[in-house]
Amino acid sequence: MTTTTSSPTTTRHSEFAPVGDAPLLEVQDLYVDFHTDDGVAHAINGVSFQLQPGESLAILGESGSGKSVTAQAIMGILDVPPAKIPQGSVRYNGHDLLTMSEDQRRRTRGPEISMIFQDALSSLNPVFPVGWQIAEMFRQHRGMNKSDAYAQAVRLMERVQIPAARQRVKAYPHQFSGGMRQRIMIAMSIALDPAVLIADEPTTALDVTVQAQIMKLLEDLQEERQMGLILITHDLGVVADVADRIAVMYAGRLMETADVYELYRRPAHPYTKGLLDSIPRLDQKGQTLAAIGGLPPNLLRMPTGCPFHPRCRYAQDVCRQDLPELREVAPGRRTACHFAEEVYGA
Amino acid sequence: MRDNPEHAGRLAQAEPILVAENLVKHYPIKGGVLRRTVGQVKAVDGVSFTLHRGETLGIVGESGCGKSTLGRLLMRLEDPTSGTVMFNGVDMFSKQGSEMRRLRRDIQIVFQDPYTSLNPRKTVGDIIGEPFKIHKDAVPKGGYDKAVRNLLDVVGLNPEHINRYPHQFSGGQRQRIGIARGIALNPKVLICDEPVSALDVSVQAQVINLMGRLQDDLGLSYVFIAHDLSVVRHISDRVAVMYLGKMAELGTEDQIYESPTHPYTQALLSAVPVPDPTLRGKREQIVLTGDVPSPANPPSGCRFHTRCWKAQDKCKTEEPLLAMRPDGVSEHESACHFAEPRTIVKTVDVSTVDAPTSTISGQDVAPDD
Repeated sequence: MTTTTSSPTTTRHSEFAPVGDAPLLEVQDLYVDFHTDDGVAHAINGVSFQLQPGESLAILGESGSGKSVTAQAIMGILDVPPAKIPQGSVRYNGHDLLTMSEDQRRRTRGPEISMIFQDALSSLNPVFPVGWQIAEMFRQHRGMNKSDAYAQAVRLMERVQIPAARQRVKAYPHQFSGGMRQRIMIAMSIALDPAVLIADEPTTALDVTVQAQIMKLLEDLQEERQMGLILITHDLGVVADVADRIAVMYAGRLMETADVYELYRRPAHPYTKGLLDSIPRLDQKGQTLAAIGGLPPNLLRMPTGCPFHPRCRYAQDVCRQDLPELREVAPGRRTACHFAEEVYGA
Repeated sequence: MRDNPEHAGRLAQAEPILVAENLVKHYPIKGGVLRRTVGQVKAVDGVSFTLHRGETLGIVGESGCGKSTLGRLLMRLEDPTSGTVMFNGVDMFSKQGSEMRRLRRDIQIVFQDPYTSLNPRKTVGDIIGEPFKIHKDAVPKGGYDKAVRNLLDVVGLNPEHINRYPHQFSGGQRQRIGIARGIALNPKVLICDEPVSALDVSVQAQVINLMGRLQDDLGLSYVFIAHDLSVVRHISDRVAVMYLGKMAELGTEDQIYESPTHPYTQALLSAVPVPDPTLRGKREQIVLTGDVPSPANPPSGCRFHTRCWKAQDKCKTEEPLLAMRPDGVSEHESACHFAEPRTIVKTVDVSTVDAPTSTISGQDVAPDD
């Protein structure tokens, strides 16, 4: 499943065709600030990563780590102001999304990049039938007539396994369960066959048996359409099940990026190691949880040096003074820690 | 933590402290112009269990299974439609007024959402001290102020922060405040309704460890209501699995996780993601179809039969009782006609492995300002 560059099933809109051998999605040195009454909150501080077709990249982080803001910046749905992007670029097939005209940008949302949100109920419009909302994608972007668009909506609802789709196409969001609503969101997001799908905590609000169904559906769809998937989550279990690569975020920075197997086997950042040691596991008994002490930093008053140093066992003077760069510690492993070799070797 | 032999030894001879017998809670559905009762939501529909002194009973289930209603019944925040709860041999629902108030000292609750369960207009001192204002004779020697400061210290917060407001604390710290309020009156039983669900992973472990420490220090019994099966396994001595207002299975931690006999428990366990990519594709996945039926109109017979792969005609007509059924090793309670042990989770015993020491622990960093 890793980075297979097979061509998507449908021909892409030529407007955003790949420039040279540009990666599908490339985020480079991205910064996002929020200007608030209390000062400037630095939500994202220099994040860079790439995504290839067919690849699943998990962005793992706790609340306030900047994982959702990263997604919103890629999608172009940040509220500006208060948000501001002082620096950085987001390139889709080599086209810089951040410098594009708003009109052009709108044409990327849906057919090129689309997104699923955590809370399906508040993401769907309560006063329109779900079928109408799915069909709207085809009417707006493809100029389809009403009946064709509805036929497409039914087809999609069947694809995401909504039982009795034909009968329920005119039903309203409140008439569906949480899991079914999330399926409708997924149907909308894949309607125009995007090349990049961003899923922001897609199963956090769902029960565990439903979560398993939805993750399976997302995995199947990704494989079938060779989409690049960005999965934003805090759940180390979900990540272990679906991701190819992981980027761990903390205080708006990437702490570590690695192949999923490598990261769980041998974390190279004290924060990642701390996370893995602090989660209770279903398959272990008599486990001692080693909690990470303290709290994530306040984004308005970031500590000097490494943002994790107040909670880190490895912290030395250098950590309080110098910000560690994300650097390669082993092939395919990049870590932002002065003592990465020590942690990695431990 | 919960698996040390000392703790297990104490539990083996512990006497029951809380006994629920056939608890039922139906909520009426009103409809029509005359607001007549047109139906019943059967939130809790015949639940019995025993909680022993110093024990943690985990209650797991998906949303709508009635686990939170059960917690509220145990606190007598709701009166049951029928059934009894005996606390220390006393029938809780027969008590009124001051007698009930007196009983409440011994059973306290910690809520899920640390953001809405603390009054934003009161200081932390007022919140934690409120139980003492209601139960004036419960104020320990040394006075109110000292007692509150001491509680803050016990839950790992800075006693100097007694005059701060909830918004000045993070989620994890607020949950510590909720716990401090819960243990203020020195209760015997603490009902914990999803106490760590709203917390971030790195903070969740702090609160779980705190709860374990408090149990050992204060001899508390916990009813730990949660949807996260990994957390429940970690903290519980015994576990009850609920489905649509009934108990599907009840047994010790080992019995439920290592030899579950109810198909619902098995499906639930197989759906929990394990943070280990090497298990990808190797774990057995039982994918249930459909959604949980409405508790207003639960299926006949066994409530799980509409989603069960083992269902026979018998399951549609005859309700399986929660009874001792063999699980391959010994036997434990399960409510399935075709109860059969099945290994879903390959358990590794790590109790002899040294605790990881990757990070500092215990200490809390002071909140900003």
